[in-house]
Amino acid sequence: MSAVAQTSNAAPEASSRELMLSVRGVETFYGKIQALRGVDIDVYAGEIVTLIGANGAGKSTLMMTICGNPQARSGEILYRGDDITRLPTHDIMSRSIAQSPEGRRIFPRMTVMENLQMGALLEDPKHFDADLNKVFELFPRLKERRNQRGGTLSGGEQQMLAIGRALMSRPKLLLLDEPSLGLAPIIVKQIFSAISELNRSEGLTVFLVEQNAFHALRLAHRGYVMVNGRITMSGTGRELLSREEVRSAYLEGGAH
Amino acid sequence: MEYFLQQLINGITLGSIYGLIAIGYTMVYGIIGMINFAHGEVFMIGAFIALTSFLALAALGITFLPLVLLIILAVAMIFTALWGWTIERVAYRPLRGSFRLAPLITAIGMSIFLQNFVQITQGARVKPLPPQIQGGITLMDSPSGIVVQLSWMQLIIIVMTVVLMTAFSLIIGKTSLGRQQRACEQDRKMASLLGVNVDRTISLTFVMGAGLAAVAGTMYLLYYGVIDFYIGFIAGVKAFTAAVLGGIGSLPGAMLGGLAIGLIETFWSGYFSVEYKDVAAFSILAIVLIFLPSGLLGRPEVEKV
Repeated sequence: MSAVAQTSNAAPEASSRELMLSVRGVETFYGKIQALRGVDIDVYAGEIVTLIGANGAGKSTLMMTICGNPQARSGEILYRGDDITRLPTHDIMSRSIAQSPEGRRIFPRMTVMENLQMGALLEDPKHFDADLNKVFELFPRLKERRNQRGGTLSGGEQQMLAIGRALMSRPKLLLLDEPSLGLAPIIVKQIFSAISELNRSEGLTVFLVEQNAFHALRLAHRGYVMVNGRITMSGTGRELLSREEVRSAYLEGGAH
Repeated sequence: MEYFLQQLINGITLGSIYGLIAIGYTMVYGIIGMINFAHGEVFMIGAFIALTSFLALAALGITFLPLVLLIILAVAMIFTALWGWTIERVAYRPLRGSFRLAPLITAIGMSIFLQNFVQITQGARVKPLPPQIQGGITLMDSPSGIVVQLSWMQLIIIVMTVVLMTAFSLIIGKTSLGRQQRACEQDRKMASLLGVNVDRTISLTFVMGAGLAAVAGTMYLLYYGVIDFYIGFIAGVKAFTAAVLGGIGSLPGAMLGGLAIGLIETFWSGYFSVEYKDVAAFSILAIVLIFLPSGLLGRPEVEKV
């Protein structure tokens, strides 16, 4: 159907790969309200792993917990073997993890260029021009708009900028929170093929949170399903796509 | 005409001092949304540190004026910046994330504490400093006897302000540090996700604001020749007014607001009455805010939740 569809075939042999991110029994609270109830997730180097689930299931909370804001109340988060559970956010992000967060969070009163410079904050300035060119190649639209303020971009452009900004730090692990939210299908396709391209050509590890389960599961090597702060199912993208519970809960009406 | 020009020069000088202080208010507000009511006292402390270091240098026998000025300015900036850092660390950071009024009330408490601290340690009496820099350029000498003069001290204040504000605008606009500060101002959570150490950036903002207040304090000391523990209150309120008038959160707004307040005050004193200069300044603030609620250069405020 599209370039996006093909990648889900090559499931990497987990055993031979480095365990990049390991979430073990993580529980997170907002005040007294428990948002995560013992979450276990593994992401191996070179994989695209997706987490799907309904609105409010705790997907974005898990994303933010990995980045230390809020911190997990119990359980542990290992990144390449190091315990990062209690580190401050800026320390975690300096370990070549990048997040394109829910709602994109573009700096509205900074230009596209400045937003990208912010993304490159932790990276050696020597790489800046090369990385910038790569982002512009991936999203030519950003190049046209580079002197425009972030707040004036369209939703799709903002999403490209959010991903581009995350890539400017040369991440080994990219956390993507709902990159398809509110975007036209053609833009979603563009963004998903960009992700798959990055994964294939550079071996970028991607942990993708999505409500758009159909696209996400076709793109990903493996997936997890989250309900009410718990992981209820996991498997390869294909397996999950073929399961009745997944189809009825997350795909009805959404697939096209 | 001569009289007008002279008042203009006086007003710009005073406005420069207000502008330098106002930047501290506006930057701190921009980054953490809090009015640092103790900032006027930081200015006052800057003036006291300048005076102390001046006396210390005199005691050491260092009298070469340019060198003396350079040293007291540097010493005042460094130590006042340290005060600014400490105040934030001790009084404001622990309250981050608590309800909005808590840091505000703490700031008022800090302001009272600092006033009393200086009163006790330095004494309540005014401290004089004999004029160090005298003379100036006579711009106009009319037969009517009115002389328009730009004193060296005024020239130093104005030039220093222009230089510092230019440097500052460049730091905020063009450097990585400035970008980090603006990022924290616009979205602190996202800034931290990009690796910005938010606490450190906020500390640096206090340090920078205090450094500029120290320059203002040093200039105030040299220009007026008397200081006491209370100068921070009225100058602080004026500079805060300047920041609001210009549009709080806006850097050029603080400079513009400072100038405006300085000019209004000076012209009002010059043409009407000295007693009502503060009334004039605050009335204009009220009128401007009725028509431009976010100040001259401010953005319309979007309530943060």
